[in-house]
Amino acid sequence: MTARVGVIVFPGSNCELDARVAFSALGAEVEMIWHAGTSLPEVDLVVLPGGFAHGDYLRTGALARFSPVMDRVRDHALRGGLVLGICNGFQILCEAGMLPGALRKNNGLKFLCRWVDLRVDNNDTAFTSRAEQGQVLRIPINHFEGNWYAEPAVVDRLRENNQIVLRYVDNPNGSVDDVAGICNESRNVFGLMPHPERACEQLLGSDDGIVLLGSLLDHVTDRAGVAG
Amino acid sequence: MISPATLHRDLGLTDDELDAIKTRLGRDPSYTELAMFSVMWSEHCSYKSSRIHLRGLPSEAPYILVGPGEGAGIVELAPGVSVAWKIESHNHPSFVEPFNGAATGVGGIVRDILSMGARPIALMDPLRFGPLDDPRTAYLVEGVVHGISNYGNSIGVPTVGGEVVFEDCYAENPLVNVACLGLVENRLMHGRAEGEGNAVILIGSSTGRDGIGGASVLASAEFDDASSEKRPSVQVGDPFTERLLIEACLELARSGLLVGFQDLGAGGISCPTSEMAAKAGTGMQLDISKVHLREADMEPFEIMISESQERMLAVVDPANVEAVLAICRKWELQANVVGEVTKTGRVEVIHENGVLADVPADALAEEGPVYNRGLERPAWLDELQGAPMGAEPPSDLEAAFLQLLGSPAIGSKRWVWEQYDHMIFLGTVQGPGGDAAVIRLPGQDTAAVISVDGPGRYCYLDPYEGARLAVAEAARNVAAAGGRPLAITNCLNFGNPEKPDVMWQFAEVVRGIGDACRALGTPVTGGNVSFYNETNGRAIYPTPVIGMLGSLPDARRSVGLAFRSPGDVIAIVGDTDPADFGGSEYAKTVNGVVAGRPPRLDLSAESALHRFLIEGAARTSFSSAHDCAGGGIAIGLAESALAGGLGFQVAFEQDERHRFLFSESPSRAIVSFPAQGVEAVRKLADDYGVPLEIAGSVAPDRLDFGTFGVGFDVAQDVFEGAFRRALAASMS
Repeated sequence: MTARVGVIVFPGSNCELDARVAFSALGAEVEMIWHAGTSLPEVDLVVLPGGFAHGDYLRTGALARFSPVMDRVRDHALRGGLVLGICNGFQILCEAGMLPGALRKNNGLKFLCRWVDLRVDNNDTAFTSRAEQGQVLRIPINHFEGNWYAEPAVVDRLRENNQIVLRYVDNPNGSVDDVAGICNESRNVFGLMPHPERACEQLLGSDDGIVLLGSLLDHVTDRAGVAG
Repeated sequence: MISPATLHRDLGLTDDELDAIKTRLGRDPSYTELAMFSVMWSEHCSYKSSRIHLRGLPSEAPYILVGPGEGAGIVELAPGVSVAWKIESHNHPSFVEPFNGAATGVGGIVRDILSMGARPIALMDPLRFGPLDDPRTAYLVEGVVHGISNYGNSIGVPTVGGEVVFEDCYAENPLVNVACLGLVENRLMHGRAEGEGNAVILIGSSTGRDGIGGASVLASAEFDDASSEKRPSVQVGDPFTERLLIEACLELARSGLLVGFQDLGAGGISCPTSEMAAKAGTGMQLDISKVHLREADMEPFEIMISESQERMLAVVDPANVEAVLAICRKWELQANVVGEVTKTGRVEVIHENGVLADVPADALAEEGPVYNRGLERPAWLDELQGAPMGAEPPSDLEAAFLQLLGSPAIGSKRWVWEQYDHMIFLGTVQGPGGDAAVIRLPGQDTAAVISVDGPGRYCYLDPYEGARLAVAEAARNVAAAGGRPLAITNCLNFGNPEKPDVMWQFAEVVRGIGDACRALGTPVTGGNVSFYNETNGRAIYPTPVIGMLGSLPDARRSVGLAFRSPGDVIAIVGDTDPADFGGSEYAKTVNGVVAGRPPRLDLSAESALHRFLIEGAARTSFSSAHDCAGGGIAIGLAESALAGGLGFQVAFEQDERHRFLFSESPSRAIVSFPAQGVEAVRKLADDYGVPLEIAGSVAPDRLDFGTFGVGFDVAQDVFEGAFRRALAASMS
């Protein structure tokens, strides 16, 4: 079967076309979903792309979580559907309470666009099944507010539950415990600051992003189960 | 106190210009009309001092689909694949208010591209500041870079390169230029108001008091110490609205619902109304009570010349108005019908109280004054050219090398470009830090190869030669990446054109650009002139910034500057003249001299080098190719090594080693290739008549020049840390 991916487009999103290109190249059927819709087409994976939803006014993701489509995204997740938030999408998922923590300004108080190394610290998820435990992936970051923070008790719980899926090898933004990407307790909602969709082609610097995006598609098409 | 008799002077119009307006109208202009003329006849909008010189530039080639005079030039890169390419300046606003000045510069050039119906896909930012050890410079650098980063990143257009240059002459006049590349996705649109009875729709942000007089007050006059009072003339950007505007404009272009389309930039709504009507030979009636305002009590003249950002003007068949408004609503943009196309040939501005302006569109848009200003070769130039050029040997070669490598001019600008999103759109095959950016077009193999270059010191020493060198270097950068140079856009930054020596520099630069472009086959698609870059009577170096556009049929064949494998052979291609030190980085940084004559350029040798580089890339002969320019061979080798995380071992036999290492002879490149390719590369060089000398080979971890050398880690620390450290020191 072909995986169906829905990419949510908020006013101010800007990585939605890149997400479409990346998932399409991996064989998925991709549909763009405008934020104002009150229904969600039938999709296997919902992607909240990078950008500056609603201009990121007030606070990153603070307005986007009120977009009508977000109620349907929540329903999708509650039904066990996969959700991936990339960069601004991660910020929105945190604001919406679908993932723990919040994203603060980078420690250096500068926007940073650079290649970084990520370590897969839990490969037993739908997002990382193609990776070896401890595998290092080269994927770029592109953010001003990527400094993830949560209360110590929350961080402890995430550690115990193995919800910290990706960590920076060399922390670029000051995030707690080098967190680059996490998942929810049910392991079907994922958020990360780096941009795997930008790392799907050697010509552009790396194709390690395919490990992550491909894992999600495997999960949908059940190939992961066969391989495991 | 503004007196009615001299109001025109406060608006930047001369007494003669006022007389010309009166003659043309057969009466005194109204306030609103005077305001409209003041912006449309400003230097910035009318090119009144530059126009007669710019006519001499070549602008035609079979692949140039749209030349100068439209929102942007359009160049066909491959059959059916066209791009828009344009450069602009936002110098004065960025000095007065760096964050918003730089941000709105990005917004403006993006709307130029949008006005053609093209999707903006890459930005480049050539920036020039005063010396970095001046805290004021640090403040400007921080603000400008943050402004570009904040705006460019938000609108989702990658910033893929540029320049960051420091010279004393830019201390009070920073240059903030910005170039944009667009992909033509739909049929081209034009800024023409065809069709009597068609509706005129204003789309985008509300109109406010920001940017009143930007073109006339800021961009067309010199600065003095009170210039910070001009801050209200700087526009304020809203990248979120621009992001929506991009998608809305592209959807409108795809829809085929628009008759004509133009952005609102300098001159506000006065500009597209008069220009679109003049181009189509029609007229336009504008009801300014329909313009959506940010502040309710704005005066009519303020509405007419406000430079509020993120606005476009569309001409639409009445039957399609609802559909156009619906697309704008979908993107959450305001849009109102504000007027209609007439056949009167006049721009009529009305209001509930009657007619505020009624002037011929031609008079505003096409009959501005044209000045043939006096030219005079500066008296100081002979002495400058005759002075020693600063080629004296250093006390220590290694120390001189490290001094250059760590100078603000040469040191890595990573601190700057890491603040720019340079990757969005998945097309950045080569981004910042290289000779040129290689941008693969969405869904294609074809790449656009773009580079910006503006050697101000060379132009100061000899404007004609400097301009030729600027074009040559920009083209060389494109060729080094494997691209074929096709066309340029230019941003001409100069002092006060009313001064004959400045005007002479301008004329010489334009003559040099024209000659080089003709020789290299790269016509001019358009550009921008920024005069009055003077503060307290002190002008900048004449600074033409050349934006070169080239094509590469297969992005996978692009060549980077980075060394790739230990053992690869390194060759220097092109002749080194040990006398080419005038205006060089070595002369300035090591000996503190900017004098003499700039390097000598032979355009036929230059052209041969380009053909060699392009053919070598097409045959995948090279592991790396790098333009050899600022800092000469020594710095060129170091840049290739540091980019590749490798070192090298080279040996040169020449006497006066520093002359060979640091000379800035043009028409040279550093290439590396596998050892088994030596004969093939030699033959290629012979075929194109290009001198080639094997210098050594790529090695693991040492930059070894034979008589001296430094470890990779030392060189990397100097190169990568230089800019950050200098900025931090300046701010502390």
